[in-house]
Amino acid sequence: MTTTTAPAPPVDAAPPTPRPGAARALLHNRLALAALVFLTVIIVCAVFAPLIAPADPNAQNLLGRLRPPAWQSGGSTAHLLGTDQLGRDLLSRIIYGTRVSLLVGAGAALLAGTIGTFAGLASGYFGGWTDRIVMRVADVQLAFPAILLALAVVGFVGSGLWYVILVLGITGWVSYARVVRSEVLSLRSRDFVTEAHAIGVGHLTIMRRHLLPNVMAPLATIGTLHIAAAVVAEASLSYLGLGVPKETVTWGGMLADGQLYLGTSWWIAVFPGLALMLTSLAINITGDALRDVADPKAYRR
Amino acid sequence: MTSSHTAEPLLDIRDLRKEFPGQPPSVAVDDVSLTVTEGETFALVGESGCGKTTLTRLLLRLLPPTSGSVRFDGTDLLSLDHAALRPFRRQMQVVLQDPYSSMNPRLRIADIVAEPLVTHEEWARGRRGRARTRERVCELLDAVGLDAGIVDRYPHEFSGGQRQRISIARALALEPRLVVLDEPTSALDVSVQARVLDLLADLQQRLGLTYFFISHNLAVVSRIADRVAVMRQGRIVETGTARQVFTTPEDPYTRRLLDAVPVPDPTRARRTAAVASESAESTIV
Repeated sequence: MTTTTAPAPPVDAAPPTPRPGAARALLHNRLALAALVFLTVIIVCAVFAPLIAPADPNAQNLLGRLRPPAWQSGGSTAHLLGTDQLGRDLLSRIIYGTRVSLLVGAGAALLAGTIGTFAGLASGYFGGWTDRIVMRVADVQLAFPAILLALAVVGFVGSGLWYVILVLGITGWVSYARVVRSEVLSLRSRDFVTEAHAIGVGHLTIMRRHLLPNVMAPLATIGTLHIAAAVVAEASLSYLGLGVPKETVTWGGMLADGQLYLGTSWWIAVFPGLALMLTSLAINITGDALRDVADPKAYRR
Repeated sequence: MTSSHTAEPLLDIRDLRKEFPGQPPSVAVDDVSLTVTEGETFALVGESGCGKTTLTRLLLRLLPPTSGSVRFDGTDLLSLDHAALRPFRRQMQVVLQDPYSSMNPRLRIADIVAEPLVTHEEWARGRRGRARTRERVCELLDAVGLDAGIVDRYPHEFSGGQRQRISIARALALEPRLVVLDEPTSALDVSVQARVLDLLADLQQRLGLTYFFISHNLAVVSRIADRVAVMRQGRIVETGTARQVFTTPEDPYTRRLLDAVPVPDPTRARRTAAVASESAESTIV
């Protein structure tokens, strides 16, 4: 038996709607565009820090310490944003600081997102015992303060960039898992999933083809929020001295250094703080825009 | 496709029962027995909540029944495990009621229609398979009266009627013997309904399909069914040829259902009613 291709009764035709590209939709949103440009600059800074930074971030010059930014009296163009208490160039340190911030943010979000997505998919799709176990583990995780875990890890294995990523990644998976689970619970009863079961599609394929793509939009949103949160969390850990070793330049470490001099030399703490705030803001705005673009129906607005 | 054993029904449901847990357990399907012969359109009618949908889920083995058997072409489906069920899955396909939720909004039409092929056919996989699958998808879309140029578009770009055609194309992809149609037209407006029914009748004639058609709409059923079963509160209250059930209903519930069908010409209906009341008065007098 073969399906013949004889013409069938006429069809109610709907006019085709042109589908503008995702890139174009993103460009229409000016705020998102500005955020994207800012993020690109930050990423370029992180990658090419040695080429961009005007000075060695760790070069001390005790004679030129606590210099104000260039536009204030006493400042010089040699140090555009001034120098800190050891005479190190602030601009160079901020540029180098992007490396740690972005690495920790992206690494933590990736790790947490991967763990959380798998846990949420399994939990929502299989239900029953899988669901109960995953959700209880999530509760325990939430009840356990992240900072305490960080302290424990630093106490046992010492501090380091990868440990910070690990700690922030492991403590962050719960929000992904919860959101993915609740999305899956509602998707699971949709007709296209029933249909796939009736066709005989396997569990893993259903998760990959039918469930995962439909949870990507909320995932992208939480992901960007989490990157921003991880960037700030890394700064807090470094501020507390629990983050990366002292020799590595981080925004959090710079904030901690600058705190003592806030009354006399405000620039030491304010500029890294600004960098931190703007970066996390830009990531959040980009995340919002990405979520809108990721939905195929959103273009029609 | 002709069955070698025409005497045996294609689908034979016996004493099928489904209880959902509760105190007391609610019986959604109450010892239902039905047979569907190859090549016919068997319609299951009943109001919403009567257990029609549960029955479909049971026979597609999407839900485990409490007791009973479902035989497809002589094989008891309920005794099979997932792997053994696969060859039977491809012979029975389903078109669901709501054309808006029966397609993954993230997949292109090509992938939606190709899903049964990719799932069951070895040749549809891999890089070479893609081209062949695409060809087959275009063929199928053509067969249901859609332009093959739509393969790269997304479901939200189509109307309800078009989506239901796409669903039908997907259900036909594996050349199944049985197609379960769960209220395939109830979400469509009347003119589109008629065209989808025409398409179904046309496809049945060309491909020798067997339909298990579920509906609450008697007008639709009278138009396409060969045999009809009436379901109420989980039980089959009447079975027979469409002609029997529609002209000489035996069960009082069937009669009430038929009376509730809107009449195309209200003046005529009113006259009948008037005659009825007159004759009622005359008997009193």
